[in-house]
Amino acid sequence: MQHSTAVKATPAPRAAAPVSATPAAASAAPAAAPATVVALATPGRRAAAAAAGSLRRGLSNLATSVLPPLFTLAVLVAVWEVVCSAPGSSLPAPSAVLVNSWDLIVDPFFDNGGIDKGLFWHLLASLQRVAVGYAIAAVAGVALGVLVGQSVWAMRGLDPIFQVLRTVPPLAWLPLSLAAFRDGQPSAIFVIFITAVWPIIINTAVGVRNIPDDYRNVARVLRLNAVEYVYTIMIPSAAPYIFTGLRIGIGLSWLAIVAAEMLIGGVGIGFFIWDAWNSSLISDIILALIYVGVVGFLLDRVVATVARIVTRGTANT
Amino acid sequence: MTKSYLSIEQVDKSFARTGSTTEVLRKVSLGVEKGEFISIIGHSGCGKSTLLNIVAGLTDATSGAVLLDGGLVDSPGPDRAVVFQNHSLLPWLTVYENVRLAVNKVFGRSRSAAERHEWTLRNLELVQMTHALDKRPSEISGGMKQRVGIARALAMEPKVLLLDEPFGALDALTRAHLQDQVMQIHATLGNTVLMITHDVDEAVLLSDRIVMMTNGPAARIGEICEVRLPRPRRRVELVSDPTYLRCRSAVLKFLYDRHRLVEAA
Ligand SMILES: Nc1ncnc2c1ncn2[C@@H]1O[C@H](COP(=O)(O)OP(=O)(O)O)[C@@H](O)[C@H]1O
Ligand SMILES: [Mg+2]
Repeated sequence: MQHSTAVKATPAPRAAAPVSATPAAASAAPAAAPATVVALATPGRRAAAAAAGSLRRGLSNLATSVLPPLFTLAVLVAVWEVVCSAPGSSLPAPSAVLVNSWDLIVDPFFDNGGIDKGLFWHLLASLQRVAVGYAIAAVAGVALGVLVGQSVWAMRGLDPIFQVLRTVPPLAWLPLSLAAFRDGQPSAIFVIFITAVWPIIINTAVGVRNIPDDYRNVARVLRLNAVEYVYTIMIPSAAPYIFTGLRIGIGLSWLAIVAAEMLIGGVGIGFFIWDAWNSSLISDIILALIYVGVVGFLLDRVVATVARIVTRGTANT
Repeated sequence: MTKSYLSIEQVDKSFARTGSTTEVLRKVSLGVEKGEFISIIGHSGCGKSTLLNIVAGLTDATSGAVLLDGGLVDSPGPDRAVVFQNHSLLPWLTVYENVRLAVNKVFGRSRSAAERHEWTLRNLELVQMTHALDKRPSEISGGMKQRVGIARALAMEPKVLLLDEPFGALDALTRAHLQDQVMQIHATLGNTVLMITHDVDEAVLLSDRIVMMTNGPAARIGEICEVRLPRPRRRVELVSDPTYLRCRSAVLKFLYDRHRLVEAA
């Protein structure tokens, strides 16, 4: 019963878990391809044929995973162009965005002081805030998750409170943290922290609670002490769950930072968007959105890749 | 009367669930001498694993006691190394690391790093797994995993080796191969072994004595069959050996005649 609340709150740790390669890469690989070629080749040529085959397989993998999204993108841009080229359109067409925001596109690195900087600097400022807030959330989240997962009493005491707090929208914390810190920078970092920490706590706790009895028994027979147990059994065993939490956390962080920066001002991609809106530079907003999307995607891939490397071997027994 | 090396004395075990209690073991007593190989056989669910876990210290007996080499067993420890049915190797460690973890823990103080390295390799050699030191459990077969599990247990230099259906999940050929290896190791090291099995041939081939358990609930030791076959034993020669056949039929009779598993239909 107490378990169910935590599990429900978890965005499906197992389903989402180590998130193997991209679906496209997994389903691709047309198996039949090289067989017919090799069958007739002499042994000497076989290696070359096999190499060519694997190269071709690599290329076709690339084709099946890259071409479809490129195609979709082309269609979308074309539709956008047509729709927004109509006279009286309230939003610019892609061609107009290119023209209007050309300065920003070609030079992301300029710095004219104040907040008049290239997009690179804005993104960097946002990423720095996310890095600090997320790092604190990761450490605190894993530690609290271990506590809640390991101790029945910690769970009984803390879980209900976590379940309430995690439903508070990130931005609702901002005024409170501005009041507490009296400064935009730590407030934004706090918002990132408080946004990212819940899924990390909850998933870590589920992972710790799900450590197979066999591993616990191995630890008991070996008489591992608490510290050894945490490092050699608990963390590795719960790693797929922890990384599910970390992955959800990084996504939420990036969502929250843009919103938070709109309110706190200063350098950062969020305020850049807000500033562009106040100056009616719609093209700049569109350009910034593309950057935000791409960076968010890359952040997710980075955490997913780290997860895949670290949890290698843990997922299957 | 002198105490046995391992002495299970009047062990009762009941599991209390909310509302009801199930009595699993009732008054189980058994003495095992040093170097003896004992098999425990009985139908599924009769409480064999429960008994083994009590000896391991992983489960507490409701009443009664287990004594090993004069000391009371009250918690798990490496002097009673367990090989679990599903190998229970840590999947994030390599074959070498899985064994090394146990070696480090047991001999961390008494042996140097080089000695521990040697000892890890020596035990993996015993089960012929040195070719896969850097493989992870997911990359080796079920039989190999069990062998690594056995190496890990042996590496602790336990007073008693506890095996819970160690070959239960393996195919017949792999099983036979591992049985031979275990016999070989037992002959070389002279370990005291307590092994659970549900395979009659395995029990007769490996054991000095076969402990037959009645069906649960409240299972007890029904009969004990002494296997007076000289070692080393060869499975092929035993097929027609009268002693072998007598033991085999005694166990079969016990299991399928007098203590047939009554299926709750
Ligand atoms: N932790 C437990 N709680 C309640 N009942 C248990 C527990 N462990 C085992 N049992 C019960 O004890 C009986 C014996 O189990 P076990 O020792 O695993 O049997 P075996 O190993 O002989 O197949 C079974 O009926 C099982 O349901
Ligand atoms: Mg069992």
